[in-house]
Amino acid sequence: MTDMLSGGDMLIRALQDEGVEYLFGYPGGAALHIYDAIFKQQRIEHILVRHEQAATHMADGYARATGRPGVVLVTSGPGATNAITGIATAYMDSIPMVVFSAQVPSGLIGTDAFQETDMVGVSRPVVKHSFMVKVAAEIPGIVKKAFHIATTGRPGPVVIDVPKDTTEPGELAPYEYPDSVTMRSYNPAMKGNPRQIKKAVSAMLKAQRPIFYVGGGTVQGNATAGLRTLVQLLGFPLTSTLMGLGAYPGREKQNLGMLGMHGTYESNMAMHETDLIIAIGARFDDRVTNAPVKFAPQATIVHVDIDPASISKIIEVDIPIVGDAAMVIDEMLKLTEAELAGRDKDDVEAQGQALAQWWQTIDGWRAKHGLNHALVADDKPILPQLVVQMLYKVTKGNAYVTSDVGQHQMFAAQYYHFDEPRRWINSGGLGTMGFGLPAAMGVQMALPNETVACVTGEGSFMMNMQELSTCLQYGLPIKIVNLNNQALGMVKQWQDMQYGGRHSHSTYSDSLPDFKTLVEAFGHQGIKVTEASELEGALETAFSDSMKDKLVFVDVWVDPHEHVYPMAIKGGSMRDMVLSKTSTAES
Amino acid sequence: MGHHTNMRRIIAVLLENEAGALSRVVGLFAQRNYNIESLTVAPTEDQTLSRLTLTTFGDKGRIEQIIKQLFKLVEVVKVMDLVEDDHIERELMLIKVRAIGDGRQEIKRTADIFRGQIIDVTGEMYTVQLVGPSDKLDAFIRAIGKTPIVEVVRSGVSGIARGDRILTV
Repeated sequence: MTDMLSGGDMLIRALQDEGVEYLFGYPGGAALHIYDAIFKQQRIEHILVRHEQAATHMADGYARATGRPGVVLVTSGPGATNAITGIATAYMDSIPMVVFSAQVPSGLIGTDAFQETDMVGVSRPVVKHSFMVKVAAEIPGIVKKAFHIATTGRPGPVVIDVPKDTTEPGELAPYEYPDSVTMRSYNPAMKGNPRQIKKAVSAMLKAQRPIFYVGGGTVQGNATAGLRTLVQLLGFPLTSTLMGLGAYPGREKQNLGMLGMHGTYESNMAMHETDLIIAIGARFDDRVTNAPVKFAPQATIVHVDIDPASISKIIEVDIPIVGDAAMVIDEMLKLTEAELAGRDKDDVEAQGQALAQWWQTIDGWRAKHGLNHALVADDKPILPQLVVQMLYKVTKGNAYVTSDVGQHQMFAAQYYHFDEPRRWINSGGLGTMGFGLPAAMGVQMALPNETVACVTGEGSFMMNMQELSTCLQYGLPIKIVNLNNQALGMVKQWQDMQYGGRHSHSTYSDSLPDFKTLVEAFGHQGIKVTEASELEGALETAFSDSMKDKLVFVDVWVDPHEHVYPMAIKGGSMRDMVLSKTSTAES
Repeated sequence: MGHHTNMRRIIAVLLENEAGALSRVVGLFAQRNYNIESLTVAPTEDQTLSRLTLTTFGDKGRIEQIIKQLFKLVEVVKVMDLVEDDHIERELMLIKVRAIGDGRQEIKRTADIFRGQIIDVTGEMYTVQLVGPSDKLDAFIRAIGKTPIVEVVRSGVSGIARGDRILTV
């Protein structure tokens, strides 16, 4: 028998049927019928944030760590507009998310009613799709479609705008949750074209100086197991985008680390000198390629991506393959194994020799300008890199690490080695300061038994620090490592390098709060570190069993003059890099 | 990708006839800095579908991106670049001109040559209706020369492929 439910009850019931465990949100007038429906049930836990932006980042962190869509509920008007930054963040990084925004009653839409915003219009450029509910009976079908669209193909955020009258408690309609979705206008490609895959494999078996270039698509697409087997089978080097860290074990020899603007010397050199790029789930972003006309001049390019629009958008590729990364990699693997089995001995030897020489070149680059992962504490100002290296040591490389945006983000990406996917959680595409803390909260909600660290800077942290209150309410024992350089470090670095050291509005050292007192006022634990010799002890304490159930904020005062290197030279090729304050490598 | 010549393209799109679908198409062009020269849209014989024709300019890479990005919109069912093969394009123009003295005959003759019709007449005005490819309408405006134009309304291009090539669900 079909249940008769109000729109508000239907909405919550549909989320239950979709298997949603957490709803991150903030109430308000237009959302009150829905909030009443939440009150009457126990299956979905609602997490009350302190600002709607944080609700979207929490849902985002939850989604990145688990692969399941994050779900958000906000009210109309300011509730909806506050959610936009988080929606845009998820959109740029292809994160599955469903956002419900309450709306003023249908009859008031267009009248500039109290707390009215055209949410479908405002969010349009930053969503994968959006819906507006017209009548309550549509709700189950729209919710089903929204989850389908958010989680399939290239994932992304979907907004459902819900006018208050469609959730009216007294107006009942039959509830039935659909089993499946069919849409003639939406059928994302899954399997890659076999002819293209064959072409790619034959290019791979002929390459002399190949490199895998993998991005967030391999993580979001759950393609990392197959990727690892394929890369090991071929013995090729691999480099990863910021979003792809963890797709391949961080410390393995074949992994050259991150590429691009602050990528490793060996990654960027290899990308410039390679004769075959196998790009998977990466999008040739401007922070990777440097000047597109100078990009990888000798390379044949294979590009695997689920989004056809990502292919040949920035760089024209030779062998495009549209498809799901995991499925394409599986096909590549089967074909490679078959080809290798029947391969001519001379061919095997010839490629083996070429690869050995390629590795020799790469090892040379590594030895010359690779990152130093054996930093030691001394009596000089604390190097931010040392803090991340120490964090890696203390957490044994097992933490889920979220970050904000700026220098600390790059240091974390360079110095924390991620051996598993979904452990490195940061806003790569949009570059959203204020992401780190709420994202860490979403991760901790999803994985209560895991260690979650948020590497942040004082600038980013202050953009969403109100969520310390939410952390107390839900007992989230996040460990926050604040690389405090008393400035907007990355802005200041650019001003040092490109604006003659004129620090226009990037410093505020005389007005910073005492973070230890601040977090203690929120009911948490604070530790301040100013000497390198105290660092390891402080981190050991923060991550010790005695602090297991506590949020600990470690405020580390780092060298304010430190820059992130390597750094790409604007307008150059990938091998054009500044390597330190006094040295550059230019072609 | 640059260095290619700018091409005029006529792109036909079938999209779900739903509220908001058109704004997504128009928004996409604004958001990604693509040009729209003209755009026409109306429901088809199937009331659940709208057919949209838009003309745009760009090099090969840009046109490819436009088509891919259009297809990415969830409500877009099919996309076709009509210029890739034989096709027919038509645009409707209503043009109101000041017609006095000898000019009245001259405009009538020119309209006949272009197979246009005078659909409204006053003592001082002619309103001419003309159908054809956009360049024919441009040519008519040039041909009437010194005649003062009072008002021009153009429908934008509608297009369809020739022969067996069809855009349907």
